Amino acid sequence: MEKRAVYAGVSTPALLLIPQLAIIVIFFYLPAGQAVWQSFQLQDAFGLSTIFVGFENYRDLFTRPEYLHALGVTVVFSALVAFFSLSIALLLAVMANKQIAGAGVYKTLLIWPYAVAPAIAGVLWLFLFQPSMGMVARWLQWAGIDWNPLLDGTHAMILVVLASTWKQISYNFLFFLAGLQSIPHSLIEASAIDGAKPMRRFWTIVFPLLSPTTFYLIVVNVVYVFFDTFGIIDAVTHGGPASATTTLVFKVYNDGRSGGDLGSSAAQSVILMIIVIALTAIQFRYIERKVNY
Amino acid sequence: MVERRTFFSVALPHAILMIGVLIVFFPVWLAVVASTWDPATIINGQLGLLPGPYGAENYSRILFSGASSSTREPVWSMMTNSFVMAVGVAVGKIFISLLSAFAIVYYRFPFRMAVFWFIFITLMLPVEVRIFPTYKIVADLGFLDTYQGLIIPLIASATGTLLFRQFFMTVPDELLEASKIDAAGPFRFFKDTLLPLSLTTMAALFVIQFIYGWNQYLWPLLITTRDSMQTIVIGIRKMITTQDALTEWQLAMATAVLALLPPVIVVVAMQRLFVKGLVETEK
Repeated sequence: MEKRAVYAGVSTPALLLIPQLAIIVIFFYLPAGQAVWQSFQLQDAFGLSTIFVGFENYRDLFTRPEYLHALGVTVVFSALVAFFSLSIALLLAVMANKQIAGAGVYKTLLIWPYAVAPAIAGVLWLFLFQPSMGMVARWLQWAGIDWNPLLDGTHAMILVVLASTWKQISYNFLFFLAGLQSIPHSLIEASAIDGAKPMRRFWTIVFPLLSPTTFYLIVVNVVYVFFDTFGIIDAVTHGGPASATTTLVFKVYNDGRSGGDLGSSAAQSVILMIIVIALTAIQFRYIERKVNY
Repeated sequence: MVERRTFFSVALPHAILMIGVLIVFFPVWLAVVASTWDPATIINGQLGLLPGPYGAENYSRILFSGASSSTREPVWSMMTNSFVMAVGVAVGKIFISLLSAFAIVYYRFPFRMAVFWFIFITLMLPVEVRIFPTYKIVADLGFLDTYQGLIIPLIASATGTLLFRQFFMTVPDELLEASKIDAAGPFRFFKDTLLPLSLTTMAALFVIQFIYGWNQYLWPLLITTRDSMQTIVIGIRKMITTQDALTEWQLAMATAVLALLPPVIVVVAMQRLFVKGLVETEK
């Protein structure tokens, strides 16, 4: 789509574009390019000389068990958060979409956790599950569960999944609700006339029509878990115990902060870039088929 | 409604939604409760579901003098930093993207599409994946521990530009033609026609970016070292010590409540703009 009436000239648009272009060159292209360049280099222990090593940093990464472990943790973590936050949000959205009194109030009451910072969400849930005095932790201990996320990797994972899911439900809920509202009522009625019961109508009509929203949300949720949950992990578990909750982003941060291997750290960043680009590409493929909000 | 309304078909949605609301509120409510008790009640695990009498004391202490053991910085100053950062990110992004979207939509110049794609690509990579090289550049510029260091790198993305471009495309061509007939120049058109029309879009983008800026974690964690430059999200992180005995939970929870309140108020008060911004920026 193009405008019919436009202005001519080169210097004015150039002037208008300078602030944005300057900022993205300096703070986006330069660092991203540098990460790519460094990922092909090897630096000596004193940082005095560097040599070009091709893909060696990458090969090296994929032979390291701790990197593969972080990759596995990230995959499990994203799958769990995406599954739980999507299912719960869908259930709530379907309920809020029924013509009941106060549907708007429920919406307001459910969407605000979006505004809570991930790190704060983590702290709130840590407080509930803190083994010595957290309220839910004490319930669990009364129930005979030896709850301790500071020592038990599975418990730590459960805790970060809970906090991440809690925060993400609001976002998914909003998009599911918008998706549900865009489904033509006549379709539901037609199927009801054919004798389909509510459950059957949901799985054969509503759910398939929602699938563009669902696919879109799966991608967004995975990106969320990859990047935004850093705050939750850093505040709640520091990636521990014994790296049980160390995700790829947390590892980049931890390895980079402790200094050391610049090339390897850059290679980790580049792998993350490739993952995001791939996910974004998938997301754009689905955008054309997406329902209109 | 397709089915006849029965008691069950009305009560069930209410019940499920109420349980959902309760679960969503529970951790925040408990934080509010904890922020009004003394440390002994919390450490002994005697915390109930009702607020206690220490609220005023806890809040005034963290706001104006700071938690003692971990950080001496009063939360008031952390909130100021967060506020400056959030507003800076929101305003900065709106400013640069309004200008660039105007140039891309309303001008014909060489390499216009190339410029558009050059900006568009930045949509794909969050700051986390280029964090250390960006840190180095910010350090070289002498921006560590400054507001510009906190703000500018987070503006480097295309979301705003795309949003305004999309909106400008829907503005009827007749408006520009009319403005040209009236002999108004491009800046006149921008100021008197386009800006007033864009107000809702600007407000929606502001809400989203304010929340984004306020909630930043990794970036401020990396580039602020002085306590006086801390944002509140970082501040609370420092109050949670690994040795649990040292964590002053009532103060940490009071800080958490203060940290989540401003963005939550923005979402609830400007719900329509928030939903609009969320749906349109993410598309």
